[in-house]
Amino acid sequence: MSFVFLIFLPLLAALFIPLLFKKVGKIHTGWFVLAVPVILFIYYASLLPTTIDGGNLVSEFQWIPSLDIAFVAYIDGLSLLFTLLITGIGALVVLYSIFYLDKHREQLHNFYVYLLMFMTAMLGIVQSDHLITLYLFWELTSISSFLLIGYWYTRDRSRFGALKSMMITVFGGLMMLGGFVLLSIMGNTYSIRELITLAPEMATHDFFIWALVLVLLGAFTKSAQFPFYIWLPDAMEAPTPVSAYLHSATMVKAGLYLVARLTPVFAISGTWMWLVAGVGLFTMFWGSFFALKQKDLKGILAFSTVSQLGLIMSLLGASAAGYHIDNIAETTFMYAGFAAIFHLINHAVFKGSLFMIAGIIDHETGTRDIRKLGGLMSLMPISFTVAMIGAFSMAGLPPFGGFLSKEMFLTAMLSLTDFDLFSMDVWGILFPVVAWLGSVFTFIYSFYFVFHTFAGKHKPKQLPKPAHEAPIGMLISPVFLAILVIVIFFIPNRVGDWLVKPAVMAIQPFLYNSPSEVDVHVSAWHGFNTELFMTLGIFAVGGLMFWTLHKWQKSYDRFPDAISLNALYDNLMFLSDDGANRFSMLYMTGFIRSYLVYMFSFVIFILLGTLYLTEAFAVDFTNLAPVGFYEIVILVALVGSTLTILVSKSRLTSIIALGAVGYSVALFFVIFRAPDLALTQLVIETISVALFLLAFYHLPQISRKEERMPFRLGNAVVAVGVGITMTLIALSSHSQKAMPSISEFYKETVYTEAGGGNIVNVILVDYRGFDTLFEIAVLGIAGIGIIAMIKLRLSKKEGQHENK
Amino acid sequence: MEIIMSVAIGFLFMAAVYLMLSKSLIRIIIGTGLLSHGAHLLLLTMGGLGGNSPPVVADGVSISDYADPLPQALILTAIVISFAVTSFFLVLAYRSYQELGTDNMDLLRGTEDHE
Repeated sequence: MSFVFLIFLPLLAALFIPLLFKKVGKIHTGWFVLAVPVILFIYYASLLPTTIDGGNLVSEFQWIPSLDIAFVAYIDGLSLLFTLLITGIGALVVLYSIFYLDKHREQLHNFYVYLLMFMTAMLGIVQSDHLITLYLFWELTSISSFLLIGYWYTRDRSRFGALKSMMITVFGGLMMLGGFVLLSIMGNTYSIRELITLAPEMATHDFFIWALVLVLLGAFTKSAQFPFYIWLPDAMEAPTPVSAYLHSATMVKAGLYLVARLTPVFAISGTWMWLVAGVGLFTMFWGSFFALKQKDLKGILAFSTVSQLGLIMSLLGASAAGYHIDNIAETTFMYAGFAAIFHLINHAVFKGSLFMIAGIIDHETGTRDIRKLGGLMSLMPISFTVAMIGAFSMAGLPPFGGFLSKEMFLTAMLSLTDFDLFSMDVWGILFPVVAWLGSVFTFIYSFYFVFHTFAGKHKPKQLPKPAHEAPIGMLISPVFLAILVIVIFFIPNRVGDWLVKPAVMAIQPFLYNSPSEVDVHVSAWHGFNTELFMTLGIFAVGGLMFWTLHKWQKSYDRFPDAISLNALYDNLMFLSDDGANRFSMLYMTGFIRSYLVYMFSFVIFILLGTLYLTEAFAVDFTNLAPVGFYEIVILVALVGSTLTILVSKSRLTSIIALGAVGYSVALFFVIFRAPDLALTQLVIETISVALFLLAFYHLPQISRKEERMPFRLGNAVVAVGVGITMTLIALSSHSQKAMPSISEFYKETVYTEAGGGNIVNVILVDYRGFDTLFEIAVLGIAGIGIIAMIKLRLSKKEGQHENK
Repeated sequence: MEIIMSVAIGFLFMAAVYLMLSKSLIRIIIGTGLLSHGAHLLLLTMGGLGGNSPPVVADGVSISDYADPLPQALILTAIVISFAVTSFFLVLAYRSYQELGTDNMDLLRGTEDHE
C-alpha cells in the first residue's frame, strides 16, 4: 500500500469539517475528527512488526519531478515511533477536546481544521526522507501552531503568543532550510538516507560546519531550547488540548526528531556533540530553575517542558559519543541513545496527562493561578491521582516510568566524564553536575505543581467557579495516560524492544545492524551505584528545598525583567518595527514632490547607466536634415514661450505661453511634413487652452492670486539632469538604428495591402487598429472620470471616514 | 537640424520636470503638458526629420521621399492621449480646489494619522 498518501488523510478530512460543523451541529464535531487519528494509529501500529526486526518501508509519490522533489515516506523505527505518538496522543487529545471545548460557544470548525492540518504536517515531518518536503511540513507545523495559539484571537495575549512563536520558529525554519540546501550541495542529494551514507566524506567539506549550525538553529527554535525557548511559555495561551498536543507531546519534539534523524550525518563532529549536549543540558537546568518562578499552572508545565526537552536533547548529543567509541557494548555510552528515546516516550505520556489535568483545573475552577488554588484533593480525587502519577514520574520517583529513564539519563551523563575526545576529559565533569542540579529543581517543581494545587487549604472564595470533579469524558484521556505511566514502569523492556531499540538503531546506524544488537536491559534495581546515590541525593535535597519553598521562592521576583530574554525579544520586535517605520518615514514624506524627485532621479540613473554600460551613446553628424530659417524662428518662439512659463508669476501668462508652445510644436509638424499631426495639434491645443481658461474662469480666486515661485536648486538639478538625459537619448537614437525600420514596409504596402493613400491614417486605423481602439478607450475612461468628478459629490463626512 | 532639435527637446523636458516639481498644482499640470510636447518632438526626431513630401501616396513621388510615417502615427495617438490626461488633471485640480480650498501640494499631503 502506498502509505505516503496517509500523511494527507487528516488534511483531506479537514475539508469536510466545516460542512459537518454546519450541518450536523448537534453532534460535537470532535467525534468525527476522532476517527482520523484512531484509524491512522491502528494502521501504523500494524507496521510495528517490520520495524521491530529492524526493517523499513518506503513509499514514494513524485511531486515536482523536474526539480527532483518528491514525497518520500520512509518508515523505520524512529519515524514509526513518532508517528505512533502523533496519532496516539492525537486521538486522546481529540477525545479530551470534545469535552473541553463547548460545541455551541466555540468555533470548532476552525479548531479542528487547524488541528488536522497540524497532524498532516507532523506526520510529514517524521516520515519525509526528502529534505525539501521535510522543510515544507516543518513550516506547516509553525503555521498551524500559529493558528492554534491564536485560536482565541480576540485575546491580546493569544495574538502576541501566536506571533512570537511564529517569528521564532519560522526564523529557525529558514535557517534550517539554509542548512538543508548546504547539505544537498555537499551530498548532491536531498535524501536523508543517502546523506547518511555519504556522511564520512562530507565531514571535511567547508560547508559542513555551517550546515550543522544552521540545522541546529532550526531544531533548537522548534524544540524551545535556550535561548529560543521564550516562545513556548507564551504559546500556553492556546486551548489546553493544543498545549498538550503541540507544545508538549509532538511539535516541540520535531526538533528532537530532526537532531535524532541527522545524528548519523553530524555525529562525527565534536561541535555537534558539544552544541547538542551542552545547549540541551543547560536548557534542562534553566527551564527547571525558572519553572518555580511561575504562578500559572500551564506556565509551570511550559517551563518543565522546556527543561525536559533539554534533557532529551542532551541525551541525543551524548549519543553522538557512540560514534567515536569502539566497543560500545562494554561501556556505558550506549545508554544515551536508548535513554533519549525512552525518556521521549515517558515525557509524552506523563506531560500529556499533566497538561490535561491543568486544563481540567482551569475548566472546573475557572483559574490556573496556583496562588488561588489549593486543597482540591478531596474535591477532585481522580484528577489529583492522575496529577500525582504524572508529576512523580516527571520527578523521577519509582514506580513510574520516569524513574527508569531518569536513572539512565544520569548514567549517560556520568559516562561523558569518561569520554576523552573534544576536551571532554576536562569539562565532562560539568555534565553530571548540571544534570543533577536540574534534576533537583525538576523534583521541586513537580511537587510544587501537585501539592500547591491539590494539597493545602482550599480557598473557595478566590475561585471564579466552585470546584468539582471533571466529567468522566474529560478524564478518560488523562487516566489512560496515567495508567500507561505505571505500565511502562513494569514492562520497560517490552517497550524497549518494540519501540525504543528500533528507533535507537536509526539514530546510531553506525553501531547497530539490527535492533536486537542494542544491548540495553532496563531494570528498576541495578545495585548501589553512583546513579542511585545521585537519585537519593535528588530526593533528599529536593524534598528539603520543597519544604522550605515558601521562604526562598520570592527571591525569583528579584530577577530584573529588563534583562530577561523576553525583554530582549520585545525590544528586538519593537526596534525592528519602529526602525522599519522610521526608515519608511524617512523617504515617505507625503510630499508628491519628493516622490517625483525619486522617480526622475531613477530615470536619469537608469537611462544614463544603460547608455554608458551598453556604450550606446553616439552622434552621427551625417544624414542630418538641413537647418532652415523658419525652423529657427519657430524654435526661438518655442524656447521663448517655455522660458516665459518658467519665470512667469501670473498663471494666466503661463497658460497662454503653454498655448504658444503647443502652436510652435504644431508649426514644427507642418515644417517636418506631418500635416495630420499639425491639424490635430492645432485643434487639441485650442481646446486645451480653452479648458485651462475655463477652469480659471470658474475659480477666480486662483487666477488672481499670485504666488512667489522661489528658485529651488535641488529641483533645478534634477530637471537639468532629465533634460540632458533626454537630449543624449534623442541624439543616440537618431544616430543609430539597431534594425531597419518597419516604416519601409508600411510605405511599400500601404496601397496594395490596405488600399489607402494616407500612410499615417492607414497605420492608425488598419495596421495598428487595436492601438487606436485602446486610445479611444483611454479617452472614454478619462471622460467618465471627468464626469464622475463633476457630477459625483461625496458628502464631506463620508470622505473623512474612508481612511479609517 | 536633428542636433538642434535634440537640445530643444532636452530643454522642454527640463522645463517640464522643473514645473512638475513645484508645489502649485496648476504648474504641475502645465509641466505635464510641456512633457508631452517634448515627448512628441522626441518621437519625431528619433525617426529622422528628413523626407521631402508628406507620407501621403502621390504620383511621381518615390518611396524614399516620404517622411517617416511611423513616428507620426505614434504621435497622433500620443497627442490624443495627452489631451485626455491633461483635461482629466484639470478637472481634478478644479475639484480638489473646490473641496479643499488650496492648490498648494505641500498642504495636500496626508496627515500623520492617515497611515
